[in-house]
Amino acid sequence: MKQETNEKILLQGLARNDKKAVETIYKDNYGMVQALIINNNGSTDDARDVFQEAMIVLYEKARSGTFELQCQIKTYMYSVSRRLWLKKLQQSKRFTSDFGDPDSIVPVEDDLEDHLKRDQEFGMMEKAILGLGEPCKSLLEAFYIEKKNMQEIASNFGYTNAENAKTQKYKCLMRLKKIFFSHYKNGTP
Amino acid sequence: MNEYNDITVLDAVERYIRGEMNPDERLHFENLRKTNGEIDQLVVEHTLFLQQMNRFSEWQKFRNTIQNVHNDLADKGEIRDGLKSKAKIVYLWNKYKRVTAIAASIAGITALTMSILVWSVSPSTSTADYEKLSRTVMVNEVKQNLIKEDVNKLKYNSGDIKEPKVTINYKTAATGFLIDPKGLMITNAHVVKQSENIKVFNSKGDQFNAFVVQLDIPRDVAIIKIDDPKFKSFGSLPYGIRKSSSELAEPIFTLGFPRDEIVYGEGYLSARTGFNGDTLSCQIAVPANPGNSGGPVFNHEGDVIGILTGKQAEADDVVFAIQSKYIYQAVDNVKKNPIYQNVKIASRTNNLSGLSKQQQVKKIEDCVFMVKGD
Repeated sequence: MKQETNEKILLQGLARNDKKAVETIYKDNYGMVQALIINNNGSTDDARDVFQEAMIVLYEKARSGTFELQCQIKTYMYSVSRRLWLKKLQQSKRFTSDFGDPDSIVPVEDDLEDHLKRDQEFGMMEKAILGLGEPCKSLLEAFYIEKKNMQEIASNFGYTNAENAKTQKYKCLMRLKKIFFSHYKNGTP
Repeated sequence: MNEYNDITVLDAVERYIRGEMNPDERLHFENLRKTNGEIDQLVVEHTLFLQQMNRFSEWQKFRNTIQNVHNDLADKGEIRDGLKSKAKIVYLWNKYKRVTAIAASIAGITALTMSILVWSVSPSTSTADYEKLSRTVMVNEVKQNLIKEDVNKLKYNSGDIKEPKVTINYKTAATGFLIDPKGLMITNAHVVKQSENIKVFNSKGDQFNAFVVQLDIPRDVAIIKIDDPKFKSFGSLPYGIRKSSSELAEPIFTLGFPRDEIVYGEGYLSARTGFNGDTLSCQIAVPANPGNSGGPVFNHEGDVIGILTGKQAEADDVVFAIQSKYIYQAVDNVKKNPIYQNVKIASRTNNLSGLSKQQQVKKIEDCVFMVKGD
């Protein structure tokens, strides 16, 4: 029972992006995933990429609140990492037969599908913001991501007053929304 | 609607969604929403957009967190990073032994033929029109620094007997940057090669003593090490050092000390080879002045892609940099010394990707130093 509550607290921490919780989960699972990848034709860099992607899947799962502890975090991380690595191997045609311990696997296909979709959406957003160029990129990030107010932004970016900054922000936002919604409607990244 | 109105409407919509309106205003706005379909549509659309933006920013922050956690844990040795791959190399070696042997012999013959060919046709290099960018330090400035030191000494040890002071005349200055958190730095060889005393200064003006670890005169690169009790090791460096070559037209930026203040420059990669076709270098277009040499060249993700070395004398904006993959070769050489065998360079950190230039520079600034030699 104790372990279950512990895991629940960890997942709540993870959902809040709490560094301590992330660190604990990282420490507890990294070695296992690294061994899995390296024993199956992967490098340490591969292990790191796969593990971090699996962390993001777990994070999304924890945030959605649907992680009802049908299994332990360890089992889940193992299953997701294995699946991700299998897919990468297949893509690069390095290895196509199955591997891993079938007894310690839970189905994660649906979660990975959601993850892939989100990943594409966020990747698209990242690209769209990068594509805006400066000062738009920094201006929008300051307002929407760092949540600074217009006065602060005006003085940071050297606008004479908040109204000018607002006008500039509006123009940038229109450009971003245009890119965003055109992708969103077509559903193509 | 004209633009001014659009801005006001959007502003209202945002305040409405964020719940920043007072009750009266809110009521008024909700009525407006009911009667005006266009505004209602805007609210729905913008809510969706803001949600996506929020989730995006959280996703970005989380990615940053795991990256930091990874680096922290690797530094503390709680996870193993980059070890343990020996078994795999042995396995690969066994598997591809034959192929490798054949490939190697073909490569050897080709390389030999090529070098004979190249040697027979290559012009002898002239360095006359290549300008090294170290800067001669004005004597005044040195005096000033010494006076400052004196004043400090007087302040702190006013009771003590003053040591007889050795006047060190720092003649040249350039830029250098950390390649490992414990104080190993890259700078240009011509600045330090004849120096007995080397001092490095960070952008805050703190100074540290350093010594030469390795000199590569033909390449004009030196590895020096900060050796000063005042220097605190960084946990990990904010940037990685790229192993692969960079692409043409890739946007780049530099940080350096052409004067006593750290200076930022922006440009792009203009050619994949350097002076007289040197393939270990590349050409960049960026403002560079004496004092910039030895400085790091970063790509837009904040990774080091080169070391600034010099510029073509009679042309503006033709600046050369040694590609960062060279750093790995140089460090491999240094590692032969048992004292440095554990030095590790990070090829990437992702700490800086996605950040704005200002934020990147803020994080990098502390790892770039002015190097002075006598």
